[in-house]
Amino acid sequence: MTGALQRFLPLIVTTAVLVVGFLICATQFPNFASWRVVANLLTDNAFLGITAVGMTFVILSGGIDLSVGAVIGFTTVLLAVLIEHGGWHPVPAFAVALIAAGGFGAAMGGVIHVFQMPPFIVTLAGMFIARGLGFVLTTDSVPINHPLYGELNDMALRFDFGLKLSLPALLMLGVVVAAVVLAHWTRFGANLYALGGNRQSAELMGVPVGRTTVAVYGLSGLLAGLAGIVFSLYTGAGYSLAATGVELDTITAVVIGGTQLTGGYGYVVGTFVGVLIQGLIQTYITFDGTLSSWWTKIAIGVLLFVFILLQKGLLVVWAGRGGEPAEA
Amino acid sequence: MTLSAPGPARNLPQYGALFAVLLANWLLFPDFFAIRLQDGRLFGSLIDVLNRGAPVALLAIGMTMVIATRGVDLSVGAVMAISGAIAATMTGAGWSLPAVLAASLAAGLLCGLWNGLLVAVLRIQPIIATLILMVAGRGIAQLVTEGQIVTFTSPALAFIGSGSFLTVPMPVVLTIVVLAVTALLVRATALGLMIEAVGINRLSSAGAGVNTPVVLVAVYVWCGLCAAVAGLIVTADIRGADANNAGLWLELDAILAVVVGGTSLLGGRFGLVLSVVGALIIQSMNTGILLSGFKPEFNLIVKAGVLLVVLLLQSPTLTLFLPRPKGARPIGTVKPPVAPTSGGAKP
Amino acid sequence: MTASTAPPSASSSGPLLAIRGLSKAFLGVQALDGVDFTLRHGEIHALLGENGAGKSTLIKTLTGVYLRDGGTVALEGREIAPRGVEEAQRLHIGTVYQEVNLLPNLSVAENLFLGRQPMRWGLVDRGAMRRRARAVLQPYGLSIDVTAPLGRFSVATQQIVAIARAVDMSAKVLILDEPTASLDAQEVAVLFKVMRTLRSRGIGIVFVTHFLDQVYEVCDSITVLRNGRLVGERRTADLPRLDLVAMMLGRELEAAAHRIDLGPAEVDSRPPLASFKGFGKSRSVEPFDLDIRPGEVVALAGLLGSGRTETVRLVFGMDRADRGEATVDGQAVRLKGPRDAVRLGFGFCPEDRKKEGIVGELSVRENIILALQARQGWLKPIPRHRQEEIADRFIRLLDIRTPDAERPIQLLSGGNQQKALLARWLATEPRLLILDEPTRGIDVGAHAEIIRLIERLCADGMALLVVSSELEEIVAYSRRVVVLRDRRHVAELRGGEVSVERIVAAIASETPNAIASETPVTAGSGAEVRQ
Repeated sequence: MTGALQRFLPLIVTTAVLVVGFLICATQFPNFASWRVVANLLTDNAFLGITAVGMTFVILSGGIDLSVGAVIGFTTVLLAVLIEHGGWHPVPAFAVALIAAGGFGAAMGGVIHVFQMPPFIVTLAGMFIARGLGFVLTTDSVPINHPLYGELNDMALRFDFGLKLSLPALLMLGVVVAAVVLAHWTRFGANLYALGGNRQSAELMGVPVGRTTVAVYGLSGLLAGLAGIVFSLYTGAGYSLAATGVELDTITAVVIGGTQLTGGYGYVVGTFVGVLIQGLIQTYITFDGTLSSWWTKIAIGVLLFVFILLQKGLLVVWAGRGGEPAEA
Repeated sequence: MTLSAPGPARNLPQYGALFAVLLANWLLFPDFFAIRLQDGRLFGSLIDVLNRGAPVALLAIGMTMVIATRGVDLSVGAVMAISGAIAATMTGAGWSLPAVLAASLAAGLLCGLWNGLLVAVLRIQPIIATLILMVAGRGIAQLVTEGQIVTFTSPALAFIGSGSFLTVPMPVVLTIVVLAVTALLVRATALGLMIEAVGINRLSSAGAGVNTPVVLVAVYVWCGLCAAVAGLIVTADIRGADANNAGLWLELDAILAVVVGGTSLLGGRFGLVLSVVGALIIQSMNTGILLSGFKPEFNLIVKAGVLLVVLLLQSPTLTLFLPRPKGARPIGTVKPPVAPTSGGAKP
Repeated sequence: MTASTAPPSASSSGPLLAIRGLSKAFLGVQALDGVDFTLRHGEIHALLGENGAGKSTLIKTLTGVYLRDGGTVALEGREIAPRGVEEAQRLHIGTVYQEVNLLPNLSVAENLFLGRQPMRWGLVDRGAMRRRARAVLQPYGLSIDVTAPLGRFSVATQQIVAIARAVDMSAKVLILDEPTASLDAQEVAVLFKVMRTLRSRGIGIVFVTHFLDQVYEVCDSITVLRNGRLVGERRTADLPRLDLVAMMLGRELEAAAHRIDLGPAEVDSRPPLASFKGFGKSRSVEPFDLDIRPGEVVALAGLLGSGRTETVRLVFGMDRADRGEATVDGQAVRLKGPRDAVRLGFGFCPEDRKKEGIVGELSVRENIILALQARQGWLKPIPRHRQEEIADRFIRLLDIRTPDAERPIQLLSGGNQQKALLARWLATEPRLLILDEPTRGIDVGAHAEIIRLIERLCADGMALLVVSSELEEIVAYSRRVVVLRDRRHVAELRGGEVSVERIVAAIASETPNAIASETPVTAGSGAEVRQ
């Protein structure tokens, strides 16, 4: 099945990078290959993974969402203000935060569709607005001391063989599974891929372009809101400067995961692996102790370059088979 | 030969906006226009606006030409960090000022060359191509400074950030010089015309014999150089290099300045002076918000508001008057003016 | 197969689709004027016509992209007025375009069922979708991996998938808009087999093509449009080729074939300025030989899609030839891109002015000096006053109607844009100027001016290579005409041989072994008009 091999090549390469990377780490550091390291990898990158899933959907549809980091920051502040200053119970606060974040994303999607503006610039404005709103609520880092936070943080799923999955890790895994179903077993998923493949053709084939655009940015906002909840659990505080640069990390994870930034090709699972690769590099550097943190960025930049080249090469190969006419 | 391509009437909104913002500042803060001379250097809120606006203005100059070719450069903030890191580290190691400046500028040039080759030769979308350096560049800057905040004491380099020339602060002088050199480079040669031609219609330009790859590489190289100068100014001003935070998010401010300055994100006609005016509008608002006692955090919301208003003003114009070949407009809304030919437009 | 099969039963007595008096105008231009069109059950019906004939408009009115201004459209006796592609599809009218309008990134199965996926428990039943996709494609003889992305398959396969989708969505009328334009002979044969199968199932097929051989191979009837009007409808068997070409081009030719005598051609012994040997590109134009001498006008004639545009694009380096060699002044040259051609002193006014010619937002002046400036390089700018001089000179010389040279060129009329493009190249004083449909979409006055200009340029010693559908024009200004058909150079007429009748005859002539023959036609060996 060379066809399937070719189709999944980016995914296979990404997974191979993760596996080889893990093996290298395991041979270098004797106590690396442990369930504790795996559990930490999942927990530490949970908010990133959840956000990256939303970003994958947006990019698959041919767009981009630069506001996700700001939405995470805003969500943590909103939660802190509602729970600590407003005396709310966390559960209704979670609901309000999710609705606000999802609505914010959907509104951006609406602007993108109605005014035919580039997603890049609309979500850039969205990033400013979300950060600004966070600052308006409070510029301080507000600790959240509600007892439920402690309980949630203690929640974990323990397996007999030694793996202990925290709530954030479980949430991320759940989101990834749900996203795979959404991408491949619903009409919405097919419409997303269609939109990213060719907007005009998709429209001709009956894809509801406007509704899909609003929905995908709404979904991205919603997931960023969920990531914000996870982030506030993880840090136990709300801070408007939280999660700066997360939009960049998620886009990088999406690309390393084999999704075409031009839309239409890619897999949610790839993004998940991309997030883990980024986490692995960080963990390696922590374990090493002598390597400096900036190597993370350089390594990720190199990976980004290699994967973009790989995608470019694959597109050329596909086009060479008589797919799309080569543009001058 | 004008520096800003569109006619004077089209510049009015930008100058009007700058005037309005300055007026508002003056109303809120009557001393706004007060300028005093102290130790041979001008001081005052207005001077402050110019001085603090200099880095973004410099980035905006380079970014303007990149955007005019229908591209964007997300890496300018990271390039600033690299150039600043090199300058501070080399100065600390005792290198002479000319060597330091040459090395910093060369770094900016190399970064621009990298971006330009990715865009022009490998034909990677600009957003994606420059994303690579945006991610890795900061790592490279930290590699140079070895993760430290490198400080230096050399008065020669510090002069670039805090010195003055004929009473005018050096950052302002440098911005004016770069603006003048850039304007000369693009308007006294045919480069400006070619940049605009490539941005408006790459196919037609190539068909007329324009060397489109060279034009594309040139604008990214120049953008890298501008970013390097901006990085030098920031480093010289704080007498140190903070690879983590130098130029952080300034690429977005630069894009905003260009958009406010009226250059379309879809490429084409550009105005260098107007982009600098855009940068000054943004800086004046920052200063005004500070002076009026609001939290500086309001800046972001105001910026977003300005961005949206400018885009909304541009949006109907763009969709009505400038039909684009790749326009994602709904089918059937714009009919061809003549009977469609079966050979021409395919659905 | 599926429920879509419309048995040629009771309703087959009346026509499947009856269009009467269809009219459509765009901003005062009458694109369709009282056109009738009748499609019967189980019929393949060719819709033919040159540029601007109204084929596209007719199809788009049928598929709901445009709303008609007047006339009636009846499907099986019921009046219909679709307001969109989807609605047309619901009304059993399916369309497949030349550039397949499916999604190359989705799998074959997803393309077939997008928007109507089989569902189970609220989720897409991928297994059922795969099975149904295989079943849908099976009658077409396609046993491909339906889970593979569509873009990995050849254009021919994509076409068939598009047809299968349209038919499976219960099409009774299938419109194929130039489906064979980028297929090779074998792929065309497969497509024709599919079309014949569908015909036998009672589906009516509207077939738009530019290849006459294909019309005679597969079509039952022919409707010809010209300038938005109906020229006539004929049974294919009753319509000789020559009459068909005459109908398309609008000539009354009584026995034109008789007047063809292969008289001695004038031999031009001067060395050619540019010479192309075995030049060609696969899937674009068959290898050809072409010599162009200084001061002569060589015209390329042929129907739309015959390889005229492809030929000149290769000559200018807009597309890269993958075989053959080019020499200029006896020196071998490489044409890697337009810049090489410009350096050799070539100029090219493309057919699609908007997309490949003008730089819309730049002024008339800037558009005129662009090529000259590009050749000089960016370091040697043409001084502003010199630019104005050049622009003003050509605005006067070519009578470009613009208030001033600073007006954005996109605001000018098509004819004036064309003249400005001419000016762009004239300013470079080219040795060889290539014009692709220079008079297309231009009003009558400008038309005549451009012809006069071509004659003048030629007299000045410039070589011209012109593509035009206007045969009278070609005859008026060229002394050598290369005739193309089905992407091949099939004949060359010289001097006294050049006449509308001969060109038409050459276009209409049948080539024996049209598909098998790979040998380039030698254009230098005198006239070859095979009848």
